[in-house]
Amino acid sequence: MSTLYIDGKPFEVSSGKNLLETCLSLGFDLPYFCWHPALGSVGACRQCAVKVYKDENDKRGRLIMSCMEPVTNNQLISIDDVEAKEFRDHVIEWLMTNHPHDCAVCDEGGSCHLQDMTVMTGHSYRKFTYKKRTYKNQQLGPFINHEMNRCIQCYRCVRFYKDYAGGKDLDAFASRNKVYFGRHEDGVLESEFSGNLAEVCPTGVFTDKTLKQHYTRKWDLTMAPSICQHCSLGCNIIAGERYGSLRMIANRYHGEVNGYFLCDRGRFGYEYVNAPTRLKIPVFQNGSTEDVNITRLLKQISSLKGSTIIGIGSPRASLESNYVLKKLVGESNFYLGVSETDYRLTNLILEILSKGPARPYSMKDVEESDAVFVLGEDLTNTAPMLALAVRQSVRQQPLKKVESAKISLWNDAAARELIQNEKGPLFLGTIAFTKLEDVATSTCHASPDDLARIGFAVAHLIDPGSSPVNELTELEKSLAQNIANTLLKAERPVVISGSSSGSDAVIKAAANISAALQKKKSNSGIVLVVPECNSLGLGLIGGQSLAKAFDESAKGKVEAAIILENDLYRHATLPAVDKFISSTKNIVVLDHTINATTRKATILIPTGTFAEADGTLVNNEGRAQRFFQVYEPANGIKESWRWLIQLSEGLLEKNFNHWKNQADVIQSLAKEIEIVKGVDTIVPPPHVRINGQRVPRQSHRYSGRTSMLANINVSESKPPEDSDSSMSYTMEGFRGQPPSSMIPFFWSPGWNSVQSVNKYQEEVGASLRGGDPGLRLFNPGQNNSVKYFETIPEKFEAVKGKLLAVPLHHIFGSEELSSKSDAVSKRIPQAYVIINGEDASSLQASEGEEIKFEIDGQSYQLPVKISKEIQKGVVGIPIGFADVPYADLPAWAILKT
Amino acid sequence: MEKPLTKHIRKDQRPLSLKEYEKVGGYESVRKILKGISPKEVQKIVIDSNLRGRGGAGFGTGLKWSFVPLDVLKPKYLIANADEMEPGTFKDRILLECTPHQLIEGMIVAAYAIQADVSFVFLRWAYKTAADTITKAIHEAYEAGYLGKNILQSGYDLEMHLHTGVGRYMCGEETALLNSLEGKRATPRAKPPFPQISGLFGKPTIVNNVETLCCLPHIINNGADWFNELSLTNDSGTKIYGVSGKVKKPGAWELPMGTTLRELIEVHAGGMADGLKFRGALPGGASTDFLVEDHLDVKMDYTHVAAAGSRLGTGTVVILDDKTCPVGFIKNLEHFFAQESCGFCTPCREGIPWVEKILNSIETGEGRLEDLKLLEFHTKYLGPGNTFCAFAPGAMEPLQSGLKYFREDFERHIQEKKCEFKNFKFQVSNSVES
Repeated sequence: MSTLYIDGKPFEVSSGKNLLETCLSLGFDLPYFCWHPALGSVGACRQCAVKVYKDENDKRGRLIMSCMEPVTNNQLISIDDVEAKEFRDHVIEWLMTNHPHDCAVCDEGGSCHLQDMTVMTGHSYRKFTYKKRTYKNQQLGPFINHEMNRCIQCYRCVRFYKDYAGGKDLDAFASRNKVYFGRHEDGVLESEFSGNLAEVCPTGVFTDKTLKQHYTRKWDLTMAPSICQHCSLGCNIIAGERYGSLRMIANRYHGEVNGYFLCDRGRFGYEYVNAPTRLKIPVFQNGSTEDVNITRLLKQISSLKGSTIIGIGSPRASLESNYVLKKLVGESNFYLGVSETDYRLTNLILEILSKGPARPYSMKDVEESDAVFVLGEDLTNTAPMLALAVRQSVRQQPLKKVESAKISLWNDAAARELIQNEKGPLFLGTIAFTKLEDVATSTCHASPDDLARIGFAVAHLIDPGSSPVNELTELEKSLAQNIANTLLKAERPVVISGSSSGSDAVIKAAANISAALQKKKSNSGIVLVVPECNSLGLGLIGGQSLAKAFDESAKGKVEAAIILENDLYRHATLPAVDKFISSTKNIVVLDHTINATTRKATILIPTGTFAEADGTLVNNEGRAQRFFQVYEPANGIKESWRWLIQLSEGLLEKNFNHWKNQADVIQSLAKEIEIVKGVDTIVPPPHVRINGQRVPRQSHRYSGRTSMLANINVSESKPPEDSDSSMSYTMEGFRGQPPSSMIPFFWSPGWNSVQSVNKYQEEVGASLRGGDPGLRLFNPGQNNSVKYFETIPEKFEAVKGKLLAVPLHHIFGSEELSSKSDAVSKRIPQAYVIINGEDASSLQASEGEEIKFEIDGQSYQLPVKISKEIQKGVVGIPIGFADVPYADLPAWAILKT
Repeated sequence: MEKPLTKHIRKDQRPLSLKEYEKVGGYESVRKILKGISPKEVQKIVIDSNLRGRGGAGFGTGLKWSFVPLDVLKPKYLIANADEMEPGTFKDRILLECTPHQLIEGMIVAAYAIQADVSFVFLRWAYKTAADTITKAIHEAYEAGYLGKNILQSGYDLEMHLHTGVGRYMCGEETALLNSLEGKRATPRAKPPFPQISGLFGKPTIVNNVETLCCLPHIINNGADWFNELSLTNDSGTKIYGVSGKVKKPGAWELPMGTTLRELIEVHAGGMADGLKFRGALPGGASTDFLVEDHLDVKMDYTHVAAAGSRLGTGTVVILDDKTCPVGFIKNLEHFFAQESCGFCTPCREGIPWVEKILNSIETGEGRLEDLKLLEFHTKYLGPGNTFCAFAPGAMEPLQSGLKYFREDFERHIQEKKCEFKNFKFQVSNSVES
């Protein structure tokens, strides 16, 4: 600790941090542009100048850039010094010589860091009387809008895009006051993290193009804290609505999970909420919507009372909805609506994570890991933000050199200069090429079984107590040895795997490695990626597999099935689902978006999306996180769990109508299921008031309230009451900082942009005040008596006339809901298959030519991509694509001519 | 009067071949150090010689070297900064074109002193002739065993490469030079860390000016005391001074350090051109403060020029005469600086073009009195420490001193809404000599 004197007042602060972040952490308002808490300092903008004094006798002092100076003990600085203030004012004035006066028509207006900093410095009249510089803008694809004239050359965009996220197609061009930030030519930004430019850019150069399609000022949004629904990582988001449609997703800082960033699927995948594919009214069989009202619908369902009703849950529905369905149909009639493979793998993962011995690592933990082994996952496509975390982890070992050269880690350009291209250990074992390979130490591509064998071999080398692997090639042996040695040498090694390759063996191998490592290193970790946002939550609630449901129905025992937010055609083959549906008399579907299953429903109940619902999800590390309803949907649409409670009134003697709100449901759930104990405490209960007030979802600047619905009714309608949380749908309420789990938006006096998050943290870059939200359900203790998985798969052998079909994932295209969003749908590639060159020549297929094959009786005909980076005898198939029928992979593809 | 650096330059400026150079004692210093002077001892000799960097900053060469850790693993780099782009400066060009082996010899000495194993000549793009002479000389030096593995059977290895820049003034700044050499944008780096710790490709690196490096063989051969005694003042050695502008004989001359400005102009440059009077001079290139008539007897070394309120800089003087518009003169310089700003930090990127626009409006008769305040605010806030590197402070030096010494010219332009120097035409008839 050091004592830092700011304008004469002493503060106890940690040594070695830079003065800017220290001042911000202490609550001082000090303007900046080029510094970013996750990107460090480069000293380009010169905005954060303060005075530093040699000693008490030094009255003149000298200006320094606070972002570039480390805190030293007994340092004397002044923020309020006249010259420092004047200089900061002039920096804005310089920036304004070229910045246009277009705030009124700029998407960033009102949530603009440049506006905030301008006001903060006090600059108001510009003395520059000459012409401003202008640029041509670029078309950068469906996500990001480009308006270069607004650029203030802070360099944060390229520092994020290139240095932090590993992007290659955004750069700074030209020099002097003509510096240009863009691509070498117009074109779609390639990075999966391009959306962060909209938040990293301090002004309106890079803005959210999807917001532009239905623009509203950010202060006019009704916002709520939410959780991203598009993969299993559970990134924290802020979702904003106006006029009944969802307008924008922004990052919600979480110190352990997503930090300051989001992936493009998470940020731009929300538009399905407003899409024409949304279900808005109840529908009866044959698409009839005539005379459909809720009473009739409920009556219809009540008529099923006493008959055998099964419930099919969903990995993309909340804990609450799945739980209420299970209660409604009874334990023995509840089925998890996932494929046989996902069912098996998710249970396996739950077992590994809950029993340990290794601790499930958070993304923050992964960022800080100094050796990473990824087994079987294409993270960029299955868990994009985890790929971003891995990209940071490869800096950990080289950063030690930076420290020993006495260069501050926040001194970003200097640190990167010293490190050069050096990377810490990252080993990748994947089915095909993955984007992390540019930072990997070594990579191997193989079938799931062969990947698992390498994994088992690594585990055996770390701890000979685990099973050995026979028949490894020399190459595999040396790779395994290298990985084992490296993991053992590391201080915080982590193994990352998951269910995306569809292989138990891969996950078991990863578990063996982590168990072996944990024996030697108490600090090691494991990360297992699961298919969907609540796969683990569904697994925790528990039920039987989908195939069992199909079996029951085939026996003719099922009168009705209630399908919860689930397109069964994505979890079982078309013939199997068709058969199930035709053999079940009543198909009651609760969902929010049209899909193949809703089309088959006899009764279709429209439900709220995440934006119109309250609920809890469990992410891949077992962190239970609550999402809040952003707005009340029209047409009486409700959360699935609310509908199900209502259905219980007609279907059960002892119904659930005593559950009035989300809290009642989650409390019951927490009491019933031991492992989720405490899940009802992650947010304050709905009756809690702060100073007698609710936390408002709207900013105090929200405009138009009295007039926006005047076309319907001239008197302003009463805002809806929120019975599920202590938040309100109005601008009135508690104006201080809410509890960390209930932050609807970041705002602080003078800080209208996302940069205001600094004010919500314990200190810059640390956890939110009061601790990062959510509850980790799995905290395995020290348990060295772990049993290793012993069954090691046989070496993969190519089979004549067949190829082993393995799943490939796409960030845009493989996930159900985001694919229905306009911007994301534009980024979905054409369907294809990948095969090895040798297989291609024996099939006499050239690049782009179609090949035909059958999996499980279903025919496929898809164009070929030829790759060295896939094992001979294996075919990679993109999953989740509209024109690629579902199959439970891996499975053998029988080649047809 | 000894002229160690230029004594072997032929009248026709044809460079000496390696053989010819060896005949006049070339590479003697390399033989001497490799025979048994340790790197530390070489550093000591150079520290004792008080050699100060001739690129403009005047930092002690030996002291600069001493920050390079001798015990760290290779690679370590030595770089000759031959990106001579300071307006009005052409001293290194003479050395590069006429005495390439002297430079290579000096580079070997410097590289040895820091135990570098790779060296680069970072050459200004426009110096085509120098590129040829250096290429040829490096080749000859390799052939003769002065470069490459196991130089003169000493066990010491040194590679040398010529790199030609693409013509950016910024590359003269040593850290921007390093970025450029790495293939990155030519923007400067924050210091600390200094290049001695983390330089080219993050490795310990020394960047020395061409003239500085050329002094080294002579210091090694003749000793520190000899070098000190060459000077008329406490700043040691000789200096290649130059004079440009409307004088009778513009040129460059190697003279003892501390030769007065008056002697440079009146004796060596032959005085002002007929009909013109001396008004002021930039003593060391475009980024130094004006000296005026009162300063003619200033001894041109680091200490004395600094005491007079300017900097020795490169020691190549640019003369302002009484028929040239000082506002236009300065505007021309600021235009150059605005063009050459790398665009990294705000004050430089946005401030200098603003200054240029103001000066342009004053010169064209559209200036306002409040513009002078704006110019002064720029000279105040584009000072050292406020900008990322020394570029903008350098750019402000002629402006701030111009406002001080030629204020009436600025005011007259504004009041009379015109430039009275417009109609004067000067015939260039002199040739440059060295």
